[in-house]
Amino acid sequence: MIDFELTAEEQAMIDSAHKESLEVIRPLARYYDEHEHESPKDLIARNWQQQAEGGGSGILGLGVGASLRILENCWGDAGLMLVAPGSGLGGAAILTSGTQEQQAKFLKRFGEGEPKWGAMAMTEPGAGSDTAAIQTMAVLDNETNEWVLNGEKIFITGGQRAMDESDGLVVVWATVDKTAGRAGMKPFVVEAGTPGAHIDKVENKLGIRASDTATLILDNCRIPYENILGSPEVRKVDPSQTAGFRRAMATFDATRPIIAAMALGVGRAALDFVKDVFEKEGIPIRYGLPRHELTAMERDIMDMEASYKAALMLMLRAVWMMSQFQPNSLEASMAKAKAGIVVSRITQKAVEMMGPLGYSRKNLLEKWMRDGKINDIFEGTGQINMLIVARRILDYTREQLK
Amino acid sequence: MISFSPSEDQQMIVNMVKEFVNDHARKVYRECDESGDIPANVIDTAWQLGFIASSIPEEFEGFGGERSALTGTLIAEELAWGDLSIAMHILCPALVATPVVEMGTEEQKRQYLPSFCGDQFKVATAALIEPSYNFNPASLQTTAKPDNGGYVINGEKCYVPLAADADLLLVYANESGNTQGFIVEKGTPGLEITEREKNMGIKALATYELSLKNCKVPKENRLGGDAGCDFGRIMNLSRVALCGMAVGVARAAFEYARDYAKERHAFGEPIASRQAIAFMLAEMAIDVDATRLMTWEAAWKLDRNEDATKEASLAKMYADDMVMSVTNNAVQVLGGHGYIRDHPVELWFRNGRGFATFDGMAIV
Repeated sequence: MIDFELTAEEQAMIDSAHKESLEVIRPLARYYDEHEHESPKDLIARNWQQQAEGGGSGILGLGVGASLRILENCWGDAGLMLVAPGSGLGGAAILTSGTQEQQAKFLKRFGEGEPKWGAMAMTEPGAGSDTAAIQTMAVLDNETNEWVLNGEKIFITGGQRAMDESDGLVVVWATVDKTAGRAGMKPFVVEAGTPGAHIDKVENKLGIRASDTATLILDNCRIPYENILGSPEVRKVDPSQTAGFRRAMATFDATRPIIAAMALGVGRAALDFVKDVFEKEGIPIRYGLPRHELTAMERDIMDMEASYKAALMLMLRAVWMMSQFQPNSLEASMAKAKAGIVVSRITQKAVEMMGPLGYSRKNLLEKWMRDGKINDIFEGTGQINMLIVARRILDYTREQLK
Repeated sequence: MISFSPSEDQQMIVNMVKEFVNDHARKVYRECDESGDIPANVIDTAWQLGFIASSIPEEFEGFGGERSALTGTLIAEELAWGDLSIAMHILCPALVATPVVEMGTEEQKRQYLPSFCGDQFKVATAALIEPSYNFNPASLQTTAKPDNGGYVINGEKCYVPLAADADLLLVYANESGNTQGFIVEKGTPGLEITEREKNMGIKALATYELSLKNCKVPKENRLGGDAGCDFGRIMNLSRVALCGMAVGVARAAFEYARDYAKERHAFGEPIASRQAIAFMLAEMAIDVDATRLMTWEAAWKLDRNEDATKEASLAKMYADDMVMSVTNNAVQVLGGHGYIRDHPVELWFRNGRGFATFDGMAIV
């Protein structure tokens, strides 16, 4: 039965996230945008406490309510939302690929002690969207039964907090056989404090500045054999069908709708800003009139609202399918691609419409335009997601559509 | 609890409509567009499926099914996927039946509804659009003024589907600043149906201009009696119907262009293997889906009897742009072949442009 009504529980979750965004997050947003590498310690402690009370939260298996809560969090501030401690994308990979023992061993820390972060390391200086081209090697030392990791990983969201500022972990994607392409790609858990693994650089960014984006150097980094997630076996069959790659992609199917939700949070912040200004000026937005009766401003706002709603619906569908355990690769990429475009367009248009109010750092609007853009880039650029959508609708392999 | 899964009943209805359009509408639609006529057997077959009678209560001789705007949008999408002219023709009687079921007085229901439940297609229609670029449904030029206990209607209307054969016309007019509906029966003095219109698209749908010159109707013919009608809701029911149809037309164009792009080879491989084409198709698929989901949400709200003006008008605005861009891209994917009438994409492109104009020409 098609239904758009939220449960009372979901609504309560959203309301409380909205209140927190308004009262706690928004007042901090500008400071941590202008003080890029500082940590909002009180906020982190508060998040950690909330998670302990709420029984923790992973990214996988998130339902409609949680996705809308994340949307509200990002309505507050996308950068500060990403700073929230927890197992993060690293946890998502451990949950999709790890055994019960590995999940127990690696995820336990996120429910106890001091705040900790989990991160995922995929991108390299020479491999972004083309993840099969990664060069980081994992070689098994048969004498010690350890994996030896060598390579350089960049653009790790929360990498510094995971490795330097807490007893966290990073899930590192490395190849056990460079000739095997995607089939050789495996995820490895590298815990904070492991010799040979160190954070080399933290990036200065356009937006989401509260969140650290780090480079991890792996220099003869030795980790126990058991830290590989999934099977070490390399099967040189159809590369897109290999378990290792499939797992990475399964993680994306879960995370992409969440990125869409994050994008929508920023987009709605900008939209609400514009509508608030109009309301204060006493200018109504008149729905239901023919286009020729509307002012240019009304048309712009309605276009923004309609495209926001379009992306919201695609996001909800992708999340709902995930919660029903239905395959959602196509729908997840549709949502991510659309939301990335929509948040960029809405925030850029809002800055334009608000003139001096929009461009000024006195207000947060210009910041949201900078923050929003990341959603069209990370967890697969808009173009990569379009490529995935195109392959799915055409029923094409990567060889048939490059 | 959020869900995107149609009910079993809805799925059954959708499958039934799919079968009808594949067996009938899709077999004749090009011929219909060229000739301007839809074969009677296609309309009769559709009538037997009971799209109109199904949501008329049993006490007025209907099937007494649950009235649902959401189910209506599902039907509208599938019918329009088959052919927009045929879809609008088949659903045309609803332009009278739906407002009477929802807002008619008991007397109006008793008088009119049974006639929609017979064996023969009941020709009934509505006249809303006026021949002016700045036509505004909420501020009509056509007027209805009190006259000897009844009303006298004056004005010009256009895009009135099936007007020449209609027994009943629901004419919308400006009554002291508000839009109200008046049931005008065939042959009422002052009602003059002029020539059949020639339009860029929906060429198989017979639409007419008509004029009302001192056309007198008794006060019992005012839709909803003294209470009048909720015109805002009628417009919203129309918007979601048109949104569903826009999704159907766009989906037809998308699917055709997708299949063509896989067949057509250039430079040694299918053109779909090039990102320039593949990304156009991906964008089309995304926007078709997004519009469908927005339409569902607006219709869902209408089914709960809530005001859906914002949702329905945003969905309609989005759908108007979407269907134009998707059908335009479909022509573009086919290149020169898209411009030739041997392929259907040019037809969908012409039909697609109409949605921004079709206010009130369909209803669920």
